[in-house]
Amino acid sequence: MIKLENVNKVYRTERVETLALQNINLEVARGELVSIMGPSGCGKSTLLNLMGLLDAPSAGRLALEGEDVQKHGDRRLARIRNEKLGFVFQSFHLVPDLKVVDNVEIPLLYRKLSASQRRKLALEAIDRVGLGSRVHHFPTQLSGGQQQRVAIARAIVGRPRVLLADEPTGNLDSQMGDEIMAILEDLNRNDGTTVVMVTHDERLARRTHRIVRLFDGRQVA
Amino acid sequence: MKSYLTLALKVLKRRKFFTFISLVGISLTLVVLVVATAMLDDVFGPHAPQSRFDRVLMVSRVSKSGPQVSTTMNPGYGFLHDYVLNLPGIERASAFTDLVTSAIYRDNDRVETRSRRTDADYWQILDFRFVEGGPFSAADVERGARLAVITDELRGRLFGPGNAAGRSFELEGERYQVVGVVEAVPVTRIAAYAQMWLPITTLRTDWRRKFMGDANAIVLARSRADFPAIKAEFGRRVAAIPIDDPKTFKEIRASIDTPFESFANELMNARSMRKLAPHATLIAELILAGIALVYMGLPALNLVTLNLSRMLERAPEIGVRKAFGAPRSALVWQFVLENVVLTIIGGLCSVALASAALMWINHSGVIESAQFAMNWRVFGWGLLIAMFFGVLSGLYPAWRMSRMHPVEALRGGAQ
Repeated sequence: MIKLENVNKVYRTERVETLALQNINLEVARGELVSIMGPSGCGKSTLLNLMGLLDAPSAGRLALEGEDVQKHGDRRLARIRNEKLGFVFQSFHLVPDLKVVDNVEIPLLYRKLSASQRRKLALEAIDRVGLGSRVHHFPTQLSGGQQQRVAIARAIVGRPRVLLADEPTGNLDSQMGDEIMAILEDLNRNDGTTVVMVTHDERLARRTHRIVRLFDGRQVA
Repeated sequence: MKSYLTLALKVLKRRKFFTFISLVGISLTLVVLVVATAMLDDVFGPHAPQSRFDRVLMVSRVSKSGPQVSTTMNPGYGFLHDYVLNLPGIERASAFTDLVTSAIYRDNDRVETRSRRTDADYWQILDFRFVEGGPFSAADVERGARLAVITDELRGRLFGPGNAAGRSFELEGERYQVVGVVEAVPVTRIAAYAQMWLPITTLRTDWRRKFMGDANAIVLARSRADFPAIKAEFGRRVAAIPIDDPKTFKEIRASIDTPFESFANELMNARSMRKLAPHATLIAELILAGIALVYMGLPALNLVTLNLSRMLERAPEIGVRKAFGAPRSALVWQFVLENVVLTIIGGLCSVALASAALMWINHSGVIESAQFAMNWRVFGWGLLIAMFFGVLSGLYPAWRMSRMHPVEALRGGAQ
């Protein structure tokens, strides 16, 4: 599904050159539930950003479903992200001025769908994460766990092939974290969604199929 | 679109203070432009007594030029009689003089007034509102009757309260009788404005034969669609005018124009601008647009700066939208639309402020008998200017934000 070959990522400023990732070789198969672990600053989020086509490698090859994505322009990459990828962020990043249903609809705004089609899909996604009674609430009216469930609904509303979650339980207590993890497992098991998750939580990581460990930008396991 | 509009209104409500500051700035910027638009509309648009001016062409300049000398003046009545008043395919045409200042004597009082001399067709083309009596007729003009139409304002100065029709006064040593009283005319009505009107046949000079003088003509077409044919025929006539002093003058020029075209031609009248004369209307429009653009420039820059700082607050939202596949064009469109919504609200405020400003100008007496008013044309222009201002001040910040790297945008929210 996702393949990285000899991928490097270097960040350059006027004074400093930082090697964030070095010689990464990784393959995530369709339907896998993978976690990425490592100490702070080891390159976990950088790796996830590359997989999510939010950033480009400095060297190496990155392929999504066999397609070499590096030669694509911004517009094509945006389309691939819209059609194939979903994102869940540690800080949720919900738009505070929009209701739950409007937040969930955001990915669908960039597809050729009617307003009624968008609304139908959004309500289905919200139901899937168990928030059917909160459709017209604003994010500030929800708990942390509920906000993250809205973020998951937003991530899956477009039926993506891959879900990329950057510390989805990082801002939640253990009980809410377990609930979120259960949703991700359910999506993986029942929908066949490939899930790649960055986490610090060893307990949650052990629930995934595979753990990829990074240290100082290198893969160690 | 609905989602973007909903979000636009919510974003405005989120930071009420900044929205208020932006709206005040936008309203004050646009109110000047809306007032200026209302004034231009008053001068060039169809307003009583010039309600038919959307169908009117004017002749107000004739020039003769040669290698050493050139002369530009109003046409004389002779020129108008021979080449304008009998143009084919028109509904009606009228000749009238420029404004002159006259001194009227009533008993021992001397009253200054601004007057014109006109033919009878003048009153058929222009729609004055008579409060007493009516205009002088074609027969009155034919016999050179000493009759006058005056404004209600002049009536008050001449005769005090009460009616004036039938009463007389002395002008240039002769007795004139008031035959009609009209409502005062704003000074911005370029063909209609005066305080007193007299038959053209009461002129003492040898006015009938003059090629150049102090007259003007207005030609009422049946429709605007006839303008090209009328202009073409007039052009042919002017081209065929024999030059009476071919040693001095080589060319006679005159044009028949809409009021705005006349104004534009006046701008191009300087010898140095002659080459640009064929494009006079376009140049005049560009000059007006340029002035508006320069005026809007600084406030637009201020709004650009404000928008850039407001948009930085929304960096995480931009990052999320980009992550979920928003193309740059969609982001630019969203943010420009938000800014246009803001400037349209500011535009509506400016229209309200402009209405108040115009009322004050009308009542202040700064411009004689001013009747500036808001109408649907001015309102439409006001909204258009507001939208243009919104695009002008929103495009660059929207473009900058759309180019933000999604990872940096998301990080901006986490910080």
